[in-house]
Amino acid sequence: MTNKVTNILLVGVGGQGTLLASEVLSEVLMMAGYDVKKAEVHGMAQRGGSVVSHVRFGEKVYSEIIPEGEADILFGFELLESYRYLPLLRKEGRAIVNDLKILPPAVALGQESYPKDIPEKIMRAFPKSNVVQGLALALKSGNARTVNTVLLGALSNSLDIKEDMWKEAIRKLVPERFVNENLQAFELGRTA
Amino acid sequence: MEKAILSGNEAIARGAFEAGVKVASAYPGTPSTEILENIIQYKGIDASWAPNEKVALEVGIGACFGGARSLVTMKHVGVNVAADPLFTLTYTGVRGGLVLVTADDPEMHSSQNEQDNRNYAKFAKIPMFEPSDSQEALTYTRLAFEVSEKFDTPVFLRTTTRISHSKSIVELGEPVSETPEIGLVKDPPKFVMLPGNARRRHPIIEQRLLDMEEWASDQPFNRMEEGSKDVGVITAGVSYQYAKEVLPDASILKLGMVYPLPKRLIREFAARFKTLYVIEELDPFLEEQLLAMGIQVKGKELFPICGELTPGRVKKGLTGKEAEVAFQHDEALPNRPPNMCPGCPHRGVFLALNRLKAFVSGDIGCYTLGFMPPLSAMDTCVCMGASIGNATGLCKALSPEDRKKVVAVIGDSTFLHTGVNGLIDMVYNQSQGTVIILDNRITGMTGRQENPSSGYTLMGEPAPEVNLEQLCLSIGVRHVKVVDPYDLELTRATIREEMERPEPSIIITRRPCMLMKRDVVKRKPPLVVDIHKCTACKACLKLGCPAIIWDDSAGEKGKAHVDPLICVGCGVCEQVCKFGAFGVSDDK
Repeated sequence: MTNKVTNILLVGVGGQGTLLASEVLSEVLMMAGYDVKKAEVHGMAQRGGSVVSHVRFGEKVYSEIIPEGEADILFGFELLESYRYLPLLRKEGRAIVNDLKILPPAVALGQESYPKDIPEKIMRAFPKSNVVQGLALALKSGNARTVNTVLLGALSNSLDIKEDMWKEAIRKLVPERFVNENLQAFELGRTA
Repeated sequence: MEKAILSGNEAIARGAFEAGVKVASAYPGTPSTEILENIIQYKGIDASWAPNEKVALEVGIGACFGGARSLVTMKHVGVNVAADPLFTLTYTGVRGGLVLVTADDPEMHSSQNEQDNRNYAKFAKIPMFEPSDSQEALTYTRLAFEVSEKFDTPVFLRTTTRISHSKSIVELGEPVSETPEIGLVKDPPKFVMLPGNARRRHPIIEQRLLDMEEWASDQPFNRMEEGSKDVGVITAGVSYQYAKEVLPDASILKLGMVYPLPKRLIREFAARFKTLYVIEELDPFLEEQLLAMGIQVKGKELFPICGELTPGRVKKGLTGKEAEVAFQHDEALPNRPPNMCPGCPHRGVFLALNRLKAFVSGDIGCYTLGFMPPLSAMDTCVCMGASIGNATGLCKALSPEDRKKVVAVIGDSTFLHTGVNGLIDMVYNQSQGTVIILDNRITGMTGRQENPSSGYTLMGEPAPEVNLEQLCLSIGVRHVKVVDPYDLELTRATIREEMERPEPSIIITRRPCMLMKRDVVKRKPPLVVDIHKCTACKACLKLGCPAIIWDDSAGEKGKAHVDPLICVGCGVCEQVCKFGAFGVSDDK
């Protein structure tokens, strides 16, 4: 019996909407008939802290956290955080990352420096990766805060799930007054 | 059958609803908090935040004595607070079922220690269930109530962070139709634990454990999964998932109840294998009991006692090899620690304490982040409510000159949790010390829960507010001052003055949390830096505000810059800048 489990690691900075994106992703996967597990760390005043969410799906999933070095997709909302978790990607894996810098405190204070050329470093190590201009696309949808949905759109190209199902999950989980702009953001993301 | 993706905490809330729970009480604590936050969606359950875990359990005990099924939830360290009534509840037993959820935090994602509360099951002689996913979290919650009534005992449900905060697919069930009758039943020999009655109860407790142990060997929640004839694994909780991930072919004895152990079943399983592993997180809780039964097992010699297990750590224990990685960094990366929010009312207080070189006895809450640079203004932090008692003890030991430097800081919720008792002691025993109550009108750290001074209940109903000033006065504090922590000069002057006073004094710094869910705090326009006035002195950076960014590329030495997207316009930076470089922009 082959029980292939696919592993998606979502990383970002507290407040970016990483967790909502992982909710939508898990919902879609359940609707598509997979066994799904999702793990995250939150609870402390994590605003501005590093946020990680594991989503695993397949016929049957045991561990809810992704085994070390076995992520198939690194789904990053911020460049440094994407770069930080790169060692968790498997050799043939790919990163789908937002081209956005949020400075950590020590960098904002001028004590440490932000690593240079992260997109190039990611592309060199994992050539199948995709760097998305998330904020620019989100602004096109009319709301800068839909970046996470734009990114979901970009991710959706890598998963074999019908577009309608994604949209249904967005309608279900996004607050009603933001649904339309999020649907538009999702479509923009699919072109990225 | 309706399916949903639920976290372990959501599943426990659902399970409690399906089990017909009538009363639920808790103090918020990560990773347990969302259980009560989710339970309020189910009508007919009286759910409330208690000021601390001991009170929460006492409320649950009262309800169960009245015949109601009751749920009490807390994080691992909360059980330490609730331990006193708990150990006697074992003796009285219950009428309606009582389930206590202990949500442990291996790896200390958000805790000050990583105690393994399975030890409480053995210590307090209380059965303990341990789910390994959300489905089991729901099923075992229902089961735990049945077992509580069947064996007349409180029951523990133990989760760990990875169960509490992980989501997996759950089948939703129907609520049970029959629950115990509610009403007063007088039964002093059972419910009044004075020595004569308690002595008669103790043998009953011991027999109960023996009965449960025998019963548990035949229950489906302890199950054998057939696989390899050579390798057997005994495991429970989230460790079961890692064992299945890493050893898909092993035979597994998966324990749904970790205390008391089903000894007959264990002997039967163990006898079949040459190599037997115990895969468990934190303490060798199962391992020691198995060794005491004379069963040879491999456990903590292979798997770490500190921190969470992961599939990689289990694999390394079994094979000795680290997981292979395709990419490794060749440069050091800046860390990204959590930080007090832009506009956080605590920031100015810690800046003042830093400048006054106070020795700060700290407590548990968002403000524990005052420890972090650049504010670096916290010197001790032990447990909820300890700051004031710690300050008293320091002052008892120190010279009169050193005593003046001691300042205790504590949040409004933490003060009412167990800090108030420390204050009573400080005043009663005529110690000294300055106490700052950081009153942000909410329980911030765990996600902004209501508390007895916030004016609302868990259900969102208005409630009487504890008047902290009057409370402190009634304890006997003679000097109580209230300041707005956004006013830096006043805040610092007040702290300086009170530190000089050779008797207890209270400063209440009052400003709502910036993330308040109700009565949302209005943002003011973001500030801007006039780069012609900025002298690059970096005084503003000492605030550690996430909205203030150092722009290396501006000017010779760089300039301060305010991120307009996250600045809330609190104006604290304006007050620390001697050159008037911060101001409100004229642009819209």
